[in-house]
Amino acid sequence: MPTYRTRFGSLNDYDKGRVEPINDDVRHYAFSNCFEIANNSKPYEKVVFGQNMQYVLEVLRAEGSSPWYTCAHDEFALCMDGEFEIHLVKLVPDATVQDKDKEGAVLVDGEPRGQNMGWMKLGRGHQGMLPAGCAYQFRSSKPAVIVLQTCKGDLSIERWADICQTA
Amino acid sequence: MSNAHGYNDFTLGGFGFRRDEYFAHITWTTRDGKPMSHTLDAGNFLRALMRDVAWGFFYGWVNFDDVFGTVNHYGTVDIYAGAFNGAMKDAGVDRMENHPTSDIRDVFERMLADWTNAGFDPFAAPQETGSPYGPKNGDNLPAITRARELAKRCVGLQGDLALRTDAGGSPINRAFADVSQDAPELHPEPGFENEVHAFNLFAFLSRSQVTWNPSFTSVVKNSFMCPTTEEHILPIIHGNDRVEWFFQMCDEIHWNCDHKETGEPLARVIMKAGDMAAMPAYCRHKGFSPKRSMLLVWENGNPKLVDDIKSGAAPQVPVSF
Repeated sequence: MPTYRTRFGSLNDYDKGRVEPINDDVRHYAFSNCFEIANNSKPYEKVVFGQNMQYVLEVLRAEGSSPWYTCAHDEFALCMDGEFEIHLVKLVPDATVQDKDKEGAVLVDGEPRGQNMGWMKLGRGHQGMLPAGCAYQFRSSKPAVIVLQTCKGDLSIERWADICQTA
Repeated sequence: MSNAHGYNDFTLGGFGFRRDEYFAHITWTTRDGKPMSHTLDAGNFLRALMRDVAWGFFYGWVNFDDVFGTVNHYGTVDIYAGAFNGAMKDAGVDRMENHPTSDIRDVFERMLADWTNAGFDPFAAPQETGSPYGPKNGDNLPAITRARELAKRCVGLQGDLALRTDAGGSPINRAFADVSQDAPELHPEPGFENEVHAFNLFAFLSRSQVTWNPSFTSVVKNSFMCPTTEEHILPIIHGNDRVEWFFQMCDEIHWNCDHKETGEPLARVIMKAGDMAAMPAYCRHKGFSPKRSMLLVWENGNPKLVDDIKSGAAPQVPVSF
């Protein structure tokens, strides 16, 4: 029975693949790498690296404490490297996003007003839920990498030419 | 009436299907009335047939190989031979028919059940199952009638798709024995136990019993996280009718990307841990995973997208820059 080694990536150790074009434009494959993006991002920049109509996957470099965010719909945070905490507050109704169709996360105005829901600590491979209508804050003592499943919103950053293979 | 090898023959419209000990044979009449045939390895045919049936004909094209396959029109399904093979199309030896989904599903399900022998699991990696070959030898109905695992909101929530466990019949796969099974720390305040929620996605995937078969693990509106574990070769060549995104979470997969209409090679995509890539809607793709790996297939399941696809309004490329 062979012993297998599962190869994950990290901020400090990743091996990026590539598109090998034959007869096509490599930009049509939007090829990027989450660790490379996080290595070139400021803490908690929400860099879109997957977009499917209004839906996006974003890469966030977790480092220190993030602002408090809230969102009208669920979001999910997947830890790809390191560890981080997610602290949750059930917002009072008038502190939530008033437009229920509003897509993507927004910043909470000031400190979150509502009931403390608790917190969770995620390591590599863990996926946490960010429920609609709550406020959340990421906290990380060392750099970590988050992949966020959400919708494109006011805070989403697109810099495709910088993150994707272009030739 | 079974044939000399013990298998039943099947027909669907103008197509005939016959299996022997090693091969699946497909026959049809060309557009100008000549008999034509095609032969596939029986194991490869059954692996592709399994996905086509289990995924309800999936999104767009399910090419069994460079000749035979189906196109989903969400209510009806095209079945074709040579229609998306440039040389066969030019030669006029192709055939395409459209059938109600229920009709093609009935034939495909009966064929899959009859042609799959005991001990062969079309969803399993080749090293983890028995041989598909030989004369008719029983069946494997439990393996071919697995229900897709689809979370409504998130795996592990109360009333949603359960975590995979030894007790639930999901031991850790041999290729993922080194994947951590630790759980996230959860510290909910009273009353928030089902909202302060997280789970170990990589541990969940390490316990997958199938290959190239996405499940839903988290859902944001119509944004579906569909992770899957991949080993050996994707049994179909998938020609999506919409842009499809892949996020490689560990190890690596190599993709051959060809033009959807003709099969002309377009690109190779080498994906390693942390890589993200889109498959443009004009391509068809086939993946090769040297070691069992974790792939996040990210799909937009908005039902209105079908209308955009039919009208040509859906984008062909993931993003313009």
